Amino acid sequence: MEKFAFERPFIKRLSSGMPSKFGMKTKIEPITVIDDNLVKDLINKYGSPVFVLSEKTIRKTFQGAKRAFTTRYPKVQFAWSYKTNYLDAVCRVFHQEGVWAEVVSGFEYEKAVRNNVSGDHIIFNGPDKSKDDLKKAILNDSPIHIDHFDELYCIIDIAEESDKIPKVAIRVNMDTGIYPQWDRFGFNYENGEAWDALNRIMLSGKLDLIGLHTHIGTFILSSDAYRQAAAKLADLAVGLERKYGHVVKYIDLGGGFASKSNLKGAYLPGTDTAPSFDEYADAITSSLINSQIKPENLPTLILETGRALIDDAGYLLGTVLANKRLADGRRSTILDIGVNILFTSFWYDHSIIPAQPFSEHTEETAIYGPLCMNIDVLREAIDFPPLIKGDHVVINRVGAYNMTQWMQFITMRPNVIIIDGNNKPFIIRNKESVETIISQEKIPPHLQ
Amino acid sequence: MVQDLNIFIPAKFKRKDMKLKKNIAVSESGFIFDPSTGESFSMNNIGTEIVEYLKQDKSFEEIKKSMLEKYEVDSTSFEKYYYDFINSLQQLKLIVDE
Repeated sequence: MEKFAFERPFIKRLSSGMPSKFGMKTKIEPITVIDDNLVKDLINKYGSPVFVLSEKTIRKTFQGAKRAFTTRYPKVQFAWSYKTNYLDAVCRVFHQEGVWAEVVSGFEYEKAVRNNVSGDHIIFNGPDKSKDDLKKAILNDSPIHIDHFDELYCIIDIAEESDKIPKVAIRVNMDTGIYPQWDRFGFNYENGEAWDALNRIMLSGKLDLIGLHTHIGTFILSSDAYRQAAAKLADLAVGLERKYGHVVKYIDLGGGFASKSNLKGAYLPGTDTAPSFDEYADAITSSLINSQIKPENLPTLILETGRALIDDAGYLLGTVLANKRLADGRRSTILDIGVNILFTSFWYDHSIIPAQPFSEHTEETAIYGPLCMNIDVLREAIDFPPLIKGDHVVINRVGAYNMTQWMQFITMRPNVIIIDGNNKPFIIRNKESVETIISQEKIPPHLQ
Repeated sequence: MVQDLNIFIPAKFKRKDMKLKKNIAVSESGFIFDPSTGESFSMNNIGTEIVEYLKQDKSFEEIKKSMLEKYEVDSTSFEKYYYDFINSLQQLKLIVDE
C-alpha cells in the first residue's frame, strides 16, 4: 500500500475578538519550479543554499522599464548600477540590452572595462575616485560625475597636464520633499553650492560639462520626489544656457526606484506600495518636458536604476536544518540561509516560501539562519506552514545587493546560477571553498 | 535505535499517566474545545489523528506503529515530532497528570 505524505503534527490556539497581527490570511502557493527547472533538481545539482537568477525576468523587467520611459520621452539611456549586482554575467545581460555601465569605484570601473563596455559608456560616480582612476576615465572619455570640490580641482589639475578634455557632470543633492535628504553626495542645490561648482567648471575652460546628475535616495516610494528632482536639474540646465550659452547633453536622475520587496516596518506589502515604472516615468518626463528647456535642447535622460530592474529576477533556495521551540512556546525554524548571504534581510521582511506543497495550517514561526550569532534572524514572526528537516524553501526578490554585499562569515558563499532564455541553468559564480579563503592568507615563518 | 533514543526521553513523557484532559471536545476536522477554559484550538491532520489515539489511551508504541504503517515517515523522525507535539499540548494545558 502506498503511504501518505507525513506532515509534522501541530496545534495552535485560536483567538477571536482581537485581530491577528498577520491580518487576513493570504494564500501562498509553493514555488516548486523556476523557469521550468524544479527547485528540487536545482538544489540537488548545485547544492543548498544556491542563488538563482532568471535571465528571462531580467530582460522582461528591463523591457518594461524601457518602454515606460521611451514612450514618454525622445532620448532615454539606461546605465546599469554595478553595485546592485556586478556579477559579470548579469552585467552582460544588461549590456546586451544596450544598457551602459554606472560604476562607483576603480574596481567597478575595471569590471565594466573587462565586460567590453566602451569608455564613453561608463559613467563614473561616487566619492572615491583616485587620481589614477580619474586619469584612466579621462583617457577613455568616460563621463565623470564630480562629487566634491577636491575631486573637481584634481580633475582640473589632470586636465592641465594632458591634452584630453575631461567630460564631466556634477552630482547635485537637493530637497525633494522626502526624508532623509541625501546631502552627503554632490553639491547642494538650495544653498547655491551646485552653481558654485558649475561656475568653476565653466570658467576653468579645461572641462567639458556634458551633464547634470542627481540621485535623491534609495527605495523612494514617492514618484513626486523625482518630479521635483527633474525640475531642479532642468532649472540648472536652463540657467547654464542663459548664463553661458552652454547646453548640457544629458540629465541623469540616478536610481532609487523601489522594488516590490517588503520594507521592515512597512504597513502594506511592497507589491501594493511600490510605484510602477510608468508612475516614475510620468513624473520625470513630464517634469522635463514642461520645464523651460528649449525643445531643441532637450537633454538625453539617463537612468541608473538598479534594484527595481534586478530584484525580481533573483531567488535564493535553501533547506530546513531544524525546528525547535523557543522558551515562550513559539516555533522556530532554522534554515541554511543566513544573514551573511542574505544581507537585505536587515531591511526587508523577505517572503519565505516553501518549495513543496504544504497544508493550509500555519503557525507563528521565527525563521533563523544557520550562524551561531544572535543577529542571524530572517523573520522574527511569520505565519508559516510546518516544514520538516530537509524541506526546501525559496526566498524571492533577492536579485539586488545580496550578491555584492554578502560576506564570507562562518560559512562560505554558495553557487550562483543563471537560467537562460531557453531555461538552461549555468553557474555564473562558483561556491567558495576553504581553499578560496585561505589562498589570501599568509602565515609568518615563526607560526609555521 | 529506538531503544537508544528512549534513554534521552525525559521521564515525564514515559509516564503512563500522561493523559488528555477528559472533558475536551475534538472534532474530526481538527478543532478542539476546552470547556474548562473556553479556549479553542486547531490542529493539522496528523495532530488530529494523534489526539484521537491519545483519547483512546493508546501508548506511544501503539501510536507509532499505526502511523509508520500509514505515513511516509521514519521511526526517528516520527518520535521527534511526536514528542514535540506532546510538548505543545502540555504548553497549551491540554494534557494533565492523573
